Amino acid sequence: MLTSENKIMIHEPDFFRECGACKRVIGYPEAIREALQLAMQNDRRVFIMGQGVDDPYGMFGATKDLHREFGRERVFDTPLSEGALTGISVGAALAGMRPVYFHNRPDFLLLAMDQLVNHAAKWSYMFGGAVHVPMVVWACIGRGWGSAAQHSQALQGLFMHIPGLKLLMPSTCHDAKGLMLAAIDDENPVLIIDHRLNFNTTGLVPSGPYTVPIGRGIVRRPGRDVTVVAVSHLVTDAFHAAQDVSSQGIEAEIIDPRTLRPLDEELILASVAKTGRLIIADCGWKTGGVTAEIGALVAEKGFAYLKAPIMRLASPDLPTPAAGNLEEAFYVGRNDIRKAMIEIVR
Amino acid sequence: MTYPKKVLHKLLFDMMLIRRVQLAIESRYMDNEMKTPVHLCIGQEAVAAGVCAHLKKNDYISSNHRGHGHYLAKGGNLKALIAELYGRETGCSKGRGGSMHLVDTGAGHYGSSSIVGGGIPIGTGIGMAIKMQRQKRVSTVFFGDGAADEGVLYESINFAVLKKLPVIFILENNQYSVCSHISARQTGNSIFHALPAKMLPSKIVDGNDALAVYDASGKAVERARTGKGPSFIECRTYRIRGHAGCASQDVSGYRTAEEISQWGKRCPITSFQKMLLKKKMITENEIHKTEKKINSRIQDAFDYARQAAPPAPETLSANLFRE
Repeated sequence: MLTSENKIMIHEPDFFRECGACKRVIGYPEAIREALQLAMQNDRRVFIMGQGVDDPYGMFGATKDLHREFGRERVFDTPLSEGALTGISVGAALAGMRPVYFHNRPDFLLLAMDQLVNHAAKWSYMFGGAVHVPMVVWACIGRGWGSAAQHSQALQGLFMHIPGLKLLMPSTCHDAKGLMLAAIDDENPVLIIDHRLNFNTTGLVPSGPYTVPIGRGIVRRPGRDVTVVAVSHLVTDAFHAAQDVSSQGIEAEIIDPRTLRPLDEELILASVAKTGRLIIADCGWKTGGVTAEIGALVAEKGFAYLKAPIMRLASPDLPTPAAGNLEEAFYVGRNDIRKAMIEIVR
Repeated sequence: MTYPKKVLHKLLFDMMLIRRVQLAIESRYMDNEMKTPVHLCIGQEAVAAGVCAHLKKNDYISSNHRGHGHYLAKGGNLKALIAELYGRETGCSKGRGGSMHLVDTGAGHYGSSSIVGGGIPIGTGIGMAIKMQRQKRVSTVFFGDGAADEGVLYESINFAVLKKLPVIFILENNQYSVCSHISARQTGNSIFHALPAKMLPSKIVDGNDALAVYDASGKAVERARTGKGPSFIECRTYRIRGHAGCASQDVSGYRTAEEISQWGKRCPITSFQKMLLKKKMITENEIHKTEKKINSRIQDAFDYARQAAPPAPETLSANLFRE
């Protein structure tokens, strides 16, 4: 399928979704855009800001032309000043607005850490619930074309560490829309970390408003032999890997946590109780990251279920290299997951 | 310039209240019952009082770690403040914040930050919300000379000027960041005074002169309230006490005893009282009565706080998120 930008789009795999009889297919960026459009139509408090949200790229299409419909007071370009603008979002939220602040890369969130971690994440608790900060921060992990070390960091492990922030990582068009609407509805600071590879997909998306519950994961494919918890675009890779090994008699259960904090612990533990084996696949670093946290969770609360050591697939603890062949060596994907599935059941 | 008696009395009352509360905290601090790092603003009372005299109840302020004065001048609840210092459930932040994290939404105070400069963009964002909501409120941001070292001040001022936000930036220059004198951190006048007045009107005032602060901030509040944009006021003052804790906890060696005593002679309250007495705007008896009233309120607040219950341990995880 081709979009208006003549980009080749790949349809999502036919895994389990929660869209009932829906047959409507749209692209991933359009799904996010639709969520923003609905939220802004329904709630005057919602506004969108960020560098380039009203430019011709429109944040990879997610915010494209929304300023034409809602005006530049509600959809506006910002100075780069990530630190101040995050604090400005916090202040606007405290005073009754619902900011949605876009960054095209999580790398730039490091310039906003003071306001995200020291302020937004603390405000409700530190003031005994007297105040709260309903804001959404969105950023999209880059990959490929030599994006290199400062334009491709997958920092979800860092943010997963912070109490007071909710952390969402959608993997399907349906969830990209439903989680964005849930994030905007939420009374707390919510960080959505998306991935550029997700933007190359199309999928089934109902046209009306709906939310995907924050804190609830989903089984994308049932299986009896091994549980694979995969994050963001790796859900698709894990699903394909599961189809690959199915002919060898290995049935993998694919879990998409969708939200990393709060994490759907019950779903993961119930699956491991059934399969007895766990592979965790994340596009971030291994040490102190998502795979470490989920691995520790299962080691702590599901050790008795395990028939084999937990396997973790994550980026090596290195900055991302630029050269194409090194990039290829750096990232984990379908082949790595397939090999791990075969190895773990052996 | 003549000032209504009511305004003069309010300025004096607020400064006396702030001073007396600080002294009361200090006198009990070594009892070790207030287990929280207090940052006293003794000597700086004119800044909070002079600015807040122009603010309405529903105007907003953003404050910092040295924030008792801002909180009280804006009308924050005294009992809730003292209870917070004692770590009580009835404290303004339910014992979760302590001295550096005060809040009173009913008085337009949405939480003070102890990350130096942290409240600046938040107050700027409140200003943006006011503008988006087409309200006539204003947002006042109190911050110190330490915060003027931080890049986020430049970023916030740039944005406030760009969007013509109803924000008043109050630089409360007490000359010290912990033990580091401003001369080790900045060269002469703050660079924000160098901006063209059309972009950002700015003024340097004697921060120990309540009327000087009052006059300058009056113009700034008026400008913000009428949609003309932000202003910047530097109030030059002095931190009489050490960075944190009470007088006996200050360290020596980073400033001279003479410097402290010189500034001590420029007490904003004593000089203001003298001036009012001279101009017959107040009588000794009235001052005495005000003092008595304040002392009794403070006594009540401490009695209330000391007998109040601490938070129940089973509420440890409460309020991480708003449901």
